[in-house]
Amino acid sequence: MKNIRIIPRLDIKGPDLVKGIHLEGLRVLGQPEDFAEYYYKIGADELIYIDVVASLYGRNSLIDIISKTARKIFIPMTVGGGLRALDDIKNVLRAGADKVALNTAAITNPEIIKEASKKFGSSTIVVSIEAIKQPDGRYFAFVENARGQTGIEVLSWAKKVEELGAGEILFTSVDREGTGLGYDIELTKKVAESVSIPVIANGGAGNLEDLEKIIKEGKADAVAIASMLHYDFIKNNLSQRDSSEGNTEFLKSGKTFSKIKTAGVSEIKEYLAKNGINCRK
Amino acid sequence: MKNNKKVAIIDYGMGNLFSVKLACEKVGFDSLITNDKPEILQADALILPGVGAFGDAMNALKKMDLAETIKEFIKSGKPFLGICLGMQLLMSESEEFGMHKGLDIIKGKVVKFSNKNEKVPQVGWNKIIKAKDWGNGLLKNVLNNEYMYFVHSFYCQPVEKEIILSKTNYAKIDYCSSFQKENIFACQFHPEKSGEKGLIIYENLANLCQKKN
Repeated sequence: MKNIRIIPRLDIKGPDLVKGIHLEGLRVLGQPEDFAEYYYKIGADELIYIDVVASLYGRNSLIDIISKTARKIFIPMTVGGGLRALDDIKNVLRAGADKVALNTAAITNPEIIKEASKKFGSSTIVVSIEAIKQPDGRYFAFVENARGQTGIEVLSWAKKVEELGAGEILFTSVDREGTGLGYDIELTKKVAESVSIPVIANGGAGNLEDLEKIIKEGKADAVAIASMLHYDFIKNNLSQRDSSEGNTEFLKSGKTFSKIKTAGVSEIKEYLAKNGINCRK
Repeated sequence: MKNNKKVAIIDYGMGNLFSVKLACEKVGFDSLITNDKPEILQADALILPGVGAFGDAMNALKKMDLAETIKEFIKSGKPFLGICLGMQLLMSESEEFGMHKGLDIIKGKVVKFSNKNEKVPQVGWNKIIKAKDWGNGLLKNVLNNEYMYFVHSFYCQPVEKEIILSKTNYAKIDYCSSFQKENIFACQFHPEKSGEKGLIIYENLANLCQKKN
């Protein structure tokens, strides 16, 4: 049986690690480098960095964060947010990323998936699909970090990106993202069963049971986790450096987010192993 | 401590070489991403990395006159490491999208996972299981059943079973995940993406260079 990957997801705004709800209302949590190195040390299987304000222009802070961490972290690192052209992909790979996550660029110009997978290898190209449920029950893919409607139906898009050469799908339920209400199991299962490439479930993990369900029932090949891990890190690393700007009030208040039951990587893996799910130890 | 050993990482346009370079530098190598024949032949160790399609890769190697350069380097007796597609290219032939001839340095075929119940490619961590004693080669100090990071749809079937160092189980088969024949070492997994345990392999590569002098 395959081993399920546990992947911390780091949302980046400028130099800061942030976390929002439904990808909005961003709160500053700290320095991404600190979180990334900690997750590497405690056994994370990969890392995902997403520039959530899609401000990837030349050597911006995300490139700097990747360059700094790539010399210390030797697990796969996926980088996304604002990558528009083959040169953008080349630049983040040169900074030390192993894979890139494409969303807006892929929808605007699906051929980029084909070109990028040919140039850099399919295994380097992750297509990020951000799904929002519509009043009529259909699910549409969104762009610009869930700010832009596309009218493209999620399942047909998933199949299409596989055809075009994507190596993996990062599947986000925007409705659940940051809520701690659990992943969208039904939709993730449909996506996972409609493609043969791995699907990374993202958005909504609030507790250990949610992780177990999205793997067993949702058929996810990997899980991306943000809040559960980030707030666990903050609890265990009280001497956080002050972040210079942004919305830090939440962090200073010392509150945790009530829907989220925090857990560390090893606690997650032990729980999953006890419930019959294989993970790297 | 810098050992100032030089490793050449072959650049033939297939995939991302920077992770390999960073891992080499982490263990103290001076590393060079290159397709220049003299630079390759002067290096203390040679790495053939790569992701992508077998046929494209072979065409690129031939076009850039690298196939012969690799064989010449291997004859020198200095350590050689093939990673992922770089392992598969050493074989006689691959069934990837029709039959393609490989470098034919190691006799055997490259075949695809055929189990319908598992996702192909395999993406993620899996165990490497001892097929024989790892001795003083590149897997020295790596534990039996250690997890390494894999991304692949095809795997190698060497004719000489005795060169197989480790096997890995996926899609209901035990396949060859690393082999060593004299100074030729190859692994299907990515040691540069396999955490501190993977870096041991790069350290061993650096140490093998030192012993030569």
